[in-house]
Amino acid sequence: MDKRLPDLAAAVAPITDGSVVMIGGFGSSGIPFGLIEALLEQGATGLTIISNNAGAGETGIATLLKAGRVAKVICSYPRSPGSIWFERRFEAGEIGLEVVPQGTLAERIRAAGSGLGGFFTPTGYGTLLAQGKETRIIDGVGHVLEAPLRADFALLRAERADKWGNLSFHATARNFNPVMATAARYSVAEVRHLSAEPLDPEHVVTPGIFVQGVVEYGVRP
Amino acid sequence: MKSLNDNELAARVARDIPDGSYVNLGIGKPTHVSAFVPEGREVIYHSENGILGVGPTPPEGQEDVELIDASKRFVTAAPGAAYFEHADSFAMMRGGHIDIAVLGAYQVAENGDLANWATLDEKFPPAVGGAMDLVVGVPTILVMMRHVNRDGSPKLLRQCTYPLTGLGVVSRVYTDLVVLDVTPQGFRLVELTPGNSFDEVQALTDATILPPIPT
Repeated sequence: MDKRLPDLAAAVAPITDGSVVMIGGFGSSGIPFGLIEALLEQGATGLTIISNNAGAGETGIATLLKAGRVAKVICSYPRSPGSIWFERRFEAGEIGLEVVPQGTLAERIRAAGSGLGGFFTPTGYGTLLAQGKETRIIDGVGHVLEAPLRADFALLRAERADKWGNLSFHATARNFNPVMATAARYSVAEVRHLSAEPLDPEHVVTPGIFVQGVVEYGVRP
Repeated sequence: MKSLNDNELAARVARDIPDGSYVNLGIGKPTHVSAFVPEGREVIYHSENGILGVGPTPPEGQEDVELIDASKRFVTAAPGAAYFEHADSFAMMRGGHIDIAVLGAYQVAENGDLANWATLDEKFPPAVGGAMDLVVGVPTILVMMRHVNRDGSPKLLRQCTYPLTGLGVVSRVYTDLVVLDVTPQGFRLVELTPGNSFDEVQALTDATILPPIPT
């Protein structure tokens, strides 16, 4: 088995217009900048982006927003300093936004990747973000039923990979990458070091079964 | 009126962080609390982007661009630190493993309701981050904020007017003017910033402040 891909363009080639795309990262850490740039060049549009943030400055997800490729963002925190392209699109009413509490976002993705039909969480109970959702009192505490969240594609950033698709990460660049790997039909990772030699199984964070492709992108942004 | 500056307020909150606690500091001003925790206390800081054991800011030139906290500032890993992914990070938060969270707020109500994620301005995108998860899972929620808005309007209210982050979740509020506990009876005075009178602070608060319980 060899999941290595020749370049970033090959990694994003299957993404079509209207796709739902998860993008790993938090702030500027663990964002697959190379894959996002390749997606921008590839041209797919009308995308739904699932990510913690909505890009900042003129890099990463912000480049897709600037180019008008994004129809909807599902995220927890679209208002990071410098999220100017999201704010412009939002103010102009050009983009859909679903705000999800960060832990609920992670867990909805985990539920999808784990084959679960959803879960009850106390997070958001009694707030605007629970409106219209089924609720239940469990052990005296109000809970909200949250649905699994899956994607067509997941674009990930990792530190190391082997040809079997096993991934390991660096510092806080791990964040959403492992859980997103589980929840997309096609998950692809740009990695700083790609090796034909196997990773030490004790150090594998994301097992290769969750990863369909790996491509080397040595830059650490 | 005597108003604490940001560092003085962070130092006041830090005095109440006990030795041996696991603490999440919200983005913005709460992140400054760690710099003021008294010597001799070991406090382990959790940042929801996947680190337990957040260390001090690295010296200039030694930043690791992939090692940041939830405020997106460069940090270091303290001795004994651990990295983990988001689902695990929020298990720590929702699952009751973190002892204390320090958060900023737009508004706090006398019943402990917290509003800190959205305003009533529809052009201003709401941003919840991890706040709703923290308030349901962390037993002690400390709020630090200015006592009033820039226009002088109160932030401590009988009832929040902004969308809520959590219901009845705040334990204690630290403002530049006063420290208040949230009790079943409402806000109760813990201490006034020296130089302020009870009546002055009460006048800037849209809820009744109860006098301290005599000790």
